[in-house]
Amino acid sequence: MAVNVAALRSQLETALAGRLPAPFARLPIQAETAPFNIAEIDKLTGGLPHGGLTEISGPCSSGRATLLLSALASRTAQAHVCALVDGRDSFDPHSAAAAGVKLEQLLWVRCRDIDQCLRATDFLLQGGGFGLIALDLSVLPPKTVRYVPLNVWFRFRRAVENTSTILLLLDQESNAGSCASLVLRLGLEPPRWSASQTQPTPFPPNPCAHLFDGSQIHVELVRSRLRSAEGGHKVRSLARMNEAGLVANFRTKTKWGDFRKTVSESK
Amino acid sequence: MAFASIYVPDFSIQAVVRAEPALRQQPVALVDGCPPLERVVAINEAAARGGLDLGMTKSQAIQFRSIAIRLRSRVQEEAAHAALLDLGWSVSPRVEDTAPDSIVVDLTGLASLFGSEETIAPLLARRASDLGLSVHVAISSNLEVALHAARGFPGITVIPPGEESRRLGALPVQVFSPPAEMIEILERWGVRTCEALAKLPVLELSERLGQQGLQLRQCARGASLRSMILAEPKLCFEEEMALEYAVEELEPLAFLLARLLDQLCARLSARSLSACAIRLRFELDNSSENESAPPLNPHVGGREVKIYEKRFTLPVPMRDSKMLLRLLRLHLQSDSPHAPIVRIFLAADPAAPRVRQEGLFLPSAPDPEKLELTIARLANLVGNSHVGSPRLIDSHRPDAFEMSRFIPLHNAPETRQKNIDVPGDRETIAAFRVFRPAPRAKVTLREGRPVHISFPNMHGKVAAASGPWRTSGEWWREDAWHREEWDVEIDRPSLSSANTIENSSSVEPQRGIYRIYYDTLLQAWFVAGMYD
Repeated sequence: MAVNVAALRSQLETALAGRLPAPFARLPIQAETAPFNIAEIDKLTGGLPHGGLTEISGPCSSGRATLLLSALASRTAQAHVCALVDGRDSFDPHSAAAAGVKLEQLLWVRCRDIDQCLRATDFLLQGGGFGLIALDLSVLPPKTVRYVPLNVWFRFRRAVENTSTILLLLDQESNAGSCASLVLRLGLEPPRWSASQTQPTPFPPNPCAHLFDGSQIHVELVRSRLRSAEGGHKVRSLARMNEAGLVANFRTKTKWGDFRKTVSESK
Repeated sequence: MAFASIYVPDFSIQAVVRAEPALRQQPVALVDGCPPLERVVAINEAAARGGLDLGMTKSQAIQFRSIAIRLRSRVQEEAAHAALLDLGWSVSPRVEDTAPDSIVVDLTGLASLFGSEETIAPLLARRASDLGLSVHVAISSNLEVALHAARGFPGITVIPPGEESRRLGALPVQVFSPPAEMIEILERWGVRTCEALAKLPVLELSERLGQQGLQLRQCARGASLRSMILAEPKLCFEEEMALEYAVEELEPLAFLLARLLDQLCARLSARSLSACAIRLRFELDNSSENESAPPLNPHVGGREVKIYEKRFTLPVPMRDSKMLLRLLRLHLQSDSPHAPIVRIFLAADPAAPRVRQEGLFLPSAPDPEKLELTIARLANLVGNSHVGSPRLIDSHRPDAFEMSRFIPLHNAPETRQKNIDVPGDRETIAAFRVFRPAPRAKVTLREGRPVHISFPNMHGKVAAASGPWRTSGEWWREDAWHREEWDVEIDRPSLSSANTIENSSSVEPQRGIYRIYYDTLLQAWFVAGMYD
């Protein structure tokens, strides 16, 4: 059987010689990308691929929502209509408005369980025309998300293929596997407080005098099917994860960070 | 100057058939009256050929098995008449509402729009067919001639000027609907056709039949003159259907709604309009004892009936009946009437159709009709209050927002923001996730600050804390709030068994940054959310 297939393949290649350079070669994805609006991530990944599935995974407080809001802000600023399928109704509109998301351009679907999330995503993909559809499963237990059949991710990938829609999946651990065009893993570095509180002192400082200032997010590029700027096709795998250039860090700040900065500058 | 008369033969039957197109090729009889004394009041040609006659009782008519028997419906006749008027107004603003089954349209000045009279007549017949009516159309320079020719000749008739008398000659005198006594007198004289009537001497006819006889003769000669009485154009698109048997399930109801929507959309289309809202009213069966059914409404027609009423506002004007039906179905699935339906009323609020030019440099957006359908599906899945666009409320209350209807704007994209290509050039705002509802937490305090916290699926040592940040408001309301908020960093949080990541490769200690608060009114600790 294998011999027959090989012979048939060879026969076809011979017949198509001169007309197609490599009929069975998988063409690299030449997707357009949209920026995250975070320079470090954009430099690392090249942006969010249109017509592809981007998966962002990480534990609690690792910056998944920050990346989501940043992507939403970027897309809504470009007048795209976006949709958010919220797995546990945990989206904070105030935070989103502070991050620059235009709420009137955002369709928020507040789900209660994973079945609702997947069906809602199906409806949105069928509807079409969205600039970004985000499926936020990061607050759901990882075990529940792990039980989602792989064919669901394949179906989602097929639904967005050849469209300008960006499908963004957020979860605690990577589940979409090879269906994702871009996979990022996030991690939280120690958060920044306005003064160290952890050092034992005989007279602990007044906790009111300290503020949560922000944190540093560690980003690892696990997989990317995007064609590089030089034209070469690169598929990065876990094995190459630790190579230089496949990680990035960026800092976040709290909403009151700018206010404090202004006050201290005026003093 | 030319007039087109549009006549609907067997109007009562066509009004019923319009709502039930399957009956179009069948023999149909309409019965009317108080049960059990219902009598046949209208029959179509096929039913007459089958042997049925007017005045038969319903029980006699039932013996003819192949004949479909329906109740006469005044509401459907009104709807059919409104559709007939819409047909007239679709070509000209000058329309005369002559009778329930006839209208006259002034064709003056329409040649440049629609062509000659020979072109307009088939156009009117075709549009009538789209509205579910089979009509006779007659065009003449004399209004009365057009009217009588439409009643007398089937199909399309165009009478050139000067030939009115000759063309009307073959018609029976009954076409003018004279009084019965006059018909009897003419019958005795042997005058049966218009030609014979036109030839009668004026003086003798006047002596015997008076002015009425002379008017009849003028009509027969095609010389009667009168002005057109214009009807006031109305923008009222309503369809109603009374059901013989109550409908309980959605599938048969959707089937009936589809018919009504088809008719409404055809009428809107005839007037070059779309619907910006759909009003739906069901009259429900009073005998239903379902507790969820609406209460009795004593103000409808002097009767006590249960009414289910809804108004669906559409984000963009539309007149696609299939799309509207899907929307109605989805709405009815999520909010059903909870009782059998005996009467359906459907109305469309008219609006100018959506005209939009896509911008060359604007990003693509969901098609408004498709988007509305998607939102209706989502609302059916997660509930109406869980789909939409969040709108911030001007309040200091934590997590104050409301859901509003999602209607995306079609603005031009913003000009490029400041260059952020340089890493570290600016910091991103840390996002916050809200826990809804906020879970209760057990917090251990030492020297007034939290040192240990546990709440569902999480417990751990507090590595750093900032607070308390006191906030309160709206003390005059029952849902006043008074909080002492803390931002805490929880170190080494352990997940519950359900959340344990099996075979996790990561053995690094995990940490999370949460916002907790002490509710001084409830005197309990809660977790507001998580920085993420």
